[in-house]
Amino acid sequence: MAAAPHSVEELARAEAQASGWLSAVGEFIRRRPLGAVGAAIIVLTMVLAVAAGWIAPYDPLLNDYAAMLAAPSASHWLGTDAFGRDVLSRIIYGSRTALTVGLGASLIGTLCGSLIGVGSAYFGGRTDLIVQRVMDVFFAFPVIILALAVVAILGTGAGNVILAIATPMVPRCARVVRSAALSAREMPYVDAARASGFGHTRIIVRHMLPNVMAPILIMGTAFLGEAILLEASLSFLGLGVQEPTAAWGLMLRGAAVEFAETAPWMAIFPGLAISLAVFGFNLFGDSLRDALDPRLRTH
Amino acid sequence: MGRYVLKRLLAMIPTLIGVAVLIFILLRVIPGDVVEARYLAQGSQFQSQDLMDQERAKLGLDKPLWQQFTTWMTGLLRLDFGLSMWTGSPITEEIKLRFLLSLQLAIMASTIATCLAIPLGIIAAMKQDTWVDYAVRVFSITGLATPSFWLGSLMILSMLIVFKWVPPMVFTPLWVNPWENLAQLIWPALAVGYRYCAVGTRMMRSTMLEVLREDYIRTARAKGLWVKLILTRHALKNAILPVLTVISTEFAFLLGGLVVTEQVFNLNGLGMLFVEGISHRDYTMIQALVLLVATFFLTINFVVDIAYGWIDPRIRYR
Repeated sequence: MAAAPHSVEELARAEAQASGWLSAVGEFIRRRPLGAVGAAIIVLTMVLAVAAGWIAPYDPLLNDYAAMLAAPSASHWLGTDAFGRDVLSRIIYGSRTALTVGLGASLIGTLCGSLIGVGSAYFGGRTDLIVQRVMDVFFAFPVIILALAVVAILGTGAGNVILAIATPMVPRCARVVRSAALSAREMPYVDAARASGFGHTRIIVRHMLPNVMAPILIMGTAFLGEAILLEASLSFLGLGVQEPTAAWGLMLRGAAVEFAETAPWMAIFPGLAISLAVFGFNLFGDSLRDALDPRLRTH
Repeated sequence: MGRYVLKRLLAMIPTLIGVAVLIFILLRVIPGDVVEARYLAQGSQFQSQDLMDQERAKLGLDKPLWQQFTTWMTGLLRLDFGLSMWTGSPITEEIKLRFLLSLQLAIMASTIATCLAIPLGIIAAMKQDTWVDYAVRVFSITGLATPSFWLGSLMILSMLIVFKWVPPMVFTPLWVNPWENLAQLIWPALAVGYRYCAVGTRMMRSTMLEVLREDYIRTARAKGLWVKLILTRHALKNAILPVLTVISTEFAFLLGGLVVTEQVFNLNGLGMLFVEGISHRDYTMIQALVLLVATFFLTINFVVDIAYGWIDPRIRYR
């Protein structure tokens, strides 16, 4: 007992350090069981994406001509598609596409949206007015139509799809963040920063942004699920990620429709993967919102 | 009030002009044009440059951009959308053919969504953090997470397997055979309505939760008022406004057609027209459609804002 704690305070500190984040996790699970389920699904998806190479039973691009449109069996758990590719492996690899596009698009969307929103609120006056009018124009476009137009301009492929999905998110994020930033701007610390002669960039990034972080986080997690859905829709239309990349929306297209009656596993499982992943992100995002938004706090 | 209405109506004009300019530019940035698209579709990629230029001149694509834009705008002032670059027929006719389908679908889906969302949201809010609340939340989050095109495919698939029913290729209008029409449209309406209902339910739940914490609700409870009366007279009236906004915004976009779901159910609505327009590079058609959707959206927003003042007397417009 060389390192025995000498005082009650030290004992308490050691205790808190050992079980700090573990007990926080426990608390989260107890208080928000739905959010914990969501977090578990997200972790699962991430593990699948990172470890796809080890987990997937087959190469997602490998054509097995002996087993085309094979029903689910011991060798192919979720069956194979029209090219004899293992559906389970493609779903596992598809989580990479979904997460890359989802994270990329929501990151770019919320980042640009927050900067525009905070900037618009900070500068106010004519700048604010012009920015708001431009945002109004973007708002009048349906999300999918804006995304389709951007894909048509940039071309298909994962990188362009990320930009296409991020575009409609920017004005929506900007609007929410702006309204939060409007009240932050009136805070004395912003006046103090201005009086100290700090530049606009520093005040916006260091003083305003951290104080509107809650709505930004909420928007970001909500966008994640939406981005995955939108990517699936675009890929389903043939305007997203291109074959032979494994992507969930893409798997629901073409042969999956053609052979739906004889090989329903092709139409069912990728869709389930989409729903489950988006479900997880939404569940987690919801609990996050409940936790961060004081007006909705339960207790 | 009259002045406010006028001001709002006038404020729509610059936004619409912005939408027009944006879509006009976006379309011209997309590589390829309708002439190239047509030759590609016909499989003859090596058409002579002269012939293609002639075609472009016929469609007015050789003129400078500002001139193309003014031609479009002056046409709009006369409520003339012009001719489709792909089919050559008047755009008004093409849209008229498909608008009824999109309108009916939008009405059906929003009826389903509203009738489910409002009661579900209220129940969930009243029983916050009980299993009822969890069930409603899981139901609505699942709705948000399920792609409606996939839900649609599953519906078609199960009907194919269980009833041997295949969605018909031809759309039957309501007045020709109402039964067949409804049998055809109820599935896409449900597929879209589920997501739509989920959005409404969540909004209803969270606004209701906020309102239920207000002092006047506690007062009403303390007075011993009926729960039913508190809900309808005091809480619902205050909580319904944001729900109204969400539902009507979705409705406006539904009117513009369902880009993906129409493909699954093989419905020839405005969404189909849009996707075809994009792949054909049919500038005039897409411009008309986008402007139409934007007009729906702005008009409905406007109507909702006016309705706010009517439902909530605290809001007065100047």
